[in-house]
Amino acid sequence: MNAITTSKPLEPRDAKKDQSQIKQKEMIAGNFQELTDAHKQGKKVSYTFVPGNLNELVMCFDMVGNYPEINALQNGMRKKTGAYIMEAERQGHSEDVCTYVKSDLGMVKKGNIGPTGQPLPEPDLLLLSYTGCFTFMKWFELLRHEYKCETAMLHVPYQADGKITDNMRNYVVNQLKQDVIPKLEKISGVKFDIDRLREYLRESAKAEENLVWVLQSAKHKPSPIDAYFGAIYYVGPIFSAFRGTRDATEYYRLLRKEIQERIDQGLGPVTPDGVMKEEKYRLVTEGPPNYTHMYEFWKMFYEDGAVNVASTYTKVGGTYDFGFRHDPEHPLESLANYCLSCYTNLSLPERVKMLVTYINEYQADGLLINSIKSCNSFSAGQLLMMREVEKQTGKPAAFVETDLVDPRYFSAANVKNRLESYFQMIDQKRHAA
Amino acid sequence: MAISDQIIDRCQNLYEDLNFTNAREWKAAVPGRKVIGFMPIYVAREMIHAAGMLPFGIFGGGDQLEVIQGDAYYQSYICRIPRSTIELELTKRLDFIDGMLFPSTCDVIRNLSGMFQMIRPGIYTRYFDVPQNYMDNVGGDYYVMELQELREGLEKLGGIKITDDDLRNAIALYNDNRQLVNKLYDLRAAQPWKIPATEAYLLERAGMLLPVEEHSQMLIDYMAAITAGDRPRRDNCRVVLSGMFCEQPPLNLIKSIELAGCYIVNDDFMLVNRWLTKAVPVDGDPIRSLATTFLHHSVKTSATFEPNEDEKGQYLVEAVRRSSAEGVIFAAPSFCDPALLERPMLMDALNGANIPYIAFKYAENTGQMQPIREQAGTFADSIKLWGV
Repeated sequence: MNAITTSKPLEPRDAKKDQSQIKQKEMIAGNFQELTDAHKQGKKVSYTFVPGNLNELVMCFDMVGNYPEINALQNGMRKKTGAYIMEAERQGHSEDVCTYVKSDLGMVKKGNIGPTGQPLPEPDLLLLSYTGCFTFMKWFELLRHEYKCETAMLHVPYQADGKITDNMRNYVVNQLKQDVIPKLEKISGVKFDIDRLREYLRESAKAEENLVWVLQSAKHKPSPIDAYFGAIYYVGPIFSAFRGTRDATEYYRLLRKEIQERIDQGLGPVTPDGVMKEEKYRLVTEGPPNYTHMYEFWKMFYEDGAVNVASTYTKVGGTYDFGFRHDPEHPLESLANYCLSCYTNLSLPERVKMLVTYINEYQADGLLINSIKSCNSFSAGQLLMMREVEKQTGKPAAFVETDLVDPRYFSAANVKNRLESYFQMIDQKRHAA
Repeated sequence: MAISDQIIDRCQNLYEDLNFTNAREWKAAVPGRKVIGFMPIYVAREMIHAAGMLPFGIFGGGDQLEVIQGDAYYQSYICRIPRSTIELELTKRLDFIDGMLFPSTCDVIRNLSGMFQMIRPGIYTRYFDVPQNYMDNVGGDYYVMELQELREGLEKLGGIKITDDDLRNAIALYNDNRQLVNKLYDLRAAQPWKIPATEAYLLERAGMLLPVEEHSQMLIDYMAAITAGDRPRRDNCRVVLSGMFCEQPPLNLIKSIELAGCYIVNDDFMLVNRWLTKAVPVDGDPIRSLATTFLHHSVKTSATFEPNEDEKGQYLVEAVRRSSAEGVIFAAPSFCDPALLERPMLMDALNGANIPYIAFKYAENTGQMQPIREQAGTFADSIKLWGV
């Protein structure tokens, strides 16, 4: 994150960057360049999703990964999604459905120019990792309808009873062996090499170890990181086209070193306006953020001294902090376990358990839920989860509603009003105690 | 009162009774009986029947139920069926239910399974996750195990053993029932003036609430009565309804479409009663038979994956052709992800086949029918006058 050198409020672009941030920026720029050049260089392109992504496997076939969710959120932060969503709605898509999908389809209709301004290649394969989100299935059917390309479906069963059964794991492994890998071989012309996969998985595990350390650093007081807004950047490489690469390993090594320095200096998180001075409220956050007003939203927290010490959104691409690591000794089973354990593939009672654990272990003052209009996978049932968490922890909770990338659903005054009331509620609870 | 009217009268009473007296009486009639609730779209009801239990369809609260507590459980932007289902539960209307099955219809129904685990921890709750991979040795093997787990869960709940013969018997009964439901659809498509859509709907809805044997007899009696009589024929156009497979429209909405000049000759109401398009073999391993039939002979719908792009949306084109319809009305519940995400692809398929369509949204408690009547009426007029 940014190391701020002035007390003047800064836009992120003005800030001096840490080594890890420079590294990540280079990695992302490199990925978009690679995507732009892929077909010219004879490389095949796979589109896939963040939860349940099979990046190590895709790399075994020398394919380049494109992540439509990442494009949507990047476009959201660049204020491009409003126009894309309207374009998709003009094309006949309902105002009621997921705005990630509409942002992506709108971008395609407007020439498929990616968030960095570079053209994105058409997919050679849609790798439909159907993990924890029904919409994924229809999203890639819609993209297939557009591109008429090959689609590999990987159906990941839902962990409804809070455990992975042998049947679930075997089903995922069988799909990998009998459908997904043969399609990757066919499209890429590269033969599958399981030892190559093991090597990438070994690399993944190293990065995962350091990511978990970084996320758990928020147990310190003051927390050296914001585990929601800040951690969205931290999980970027491991949730996308870099898991299993040496670049990712290096990024997380650098990041860990920087966070350790912050801890040693007793510093709080870095925000777009500088280092947060006083940590007044420690929150656990459930649900994705709003990307179109990311800094405005974040500011509502740090201005009042609120830091997010743990979040569930940063677990959609893997629940590493509960012990999972990619295992090179059991490559396909490990990929299956990974897919099965992504956050939105967990049952509501398991999600409640996770939130309660976070509140207790991170000594949080309460739970904040950002309910996303677009995302039923996250949002349906959150109010009951909130009651359960309150009941089990005795800590107050609050509920705000926004959207991922549709600017029409971010009402700053309403959100700020609710947050301020919530902080007052925490204060009252403290005084009462 | 004519026999058909008596039957429909009974169906209407079952439909309107939100205390579910009939199912309560069924349960109370024999000690130890169990009722297993299920939600749209598809569960293997054969397994529940084989356990000696009553499969009981819960399709929301309709327009008669005032949702008060249910609203407090959900955010602003979501369909209504989970709210009213929670309302049914919280107001003790489902207190006779011993178990609940939540199919893999969408994320809302999926998450509702977890909500029931928290609200009613004492009952048997299962998320019924059907395969989206249709290879016998992949999705088939997985589904066989899923069915086996369901079998074991129900055995434990009931303290009984489900034998293969129990299951074969149930398969045969549901084969017959599906055949009768399909016959009803064929009859309606052939002579829609004889079977108003509201009557067909109520008959189907009764099938969600009654034991299958009773429902099959009801269908036989109704069709015999209808075939023997006649009703005035209107100069209506013929339409297929698409998008109503989960949250149900109010009865008045169905009535309004027909009154506006559209005979509904096919639809996707309550697909569970005709999900399997071929009879399940009654010999051999019954679980494998259910799985194989599911993989290769299921209806296509928005909640499933279509592996073949060329086939995308063709099921709707086929439904139009099979029922000699002249157009399609897309009627989807507000915030219904499966129906609304699928719709543009279906529209493209209809465009390719030169089939006209209109689209609107509803909720199970929609009260204003005038806009829908006007829209459907204009659609009917345009088809009749200009063939558009």
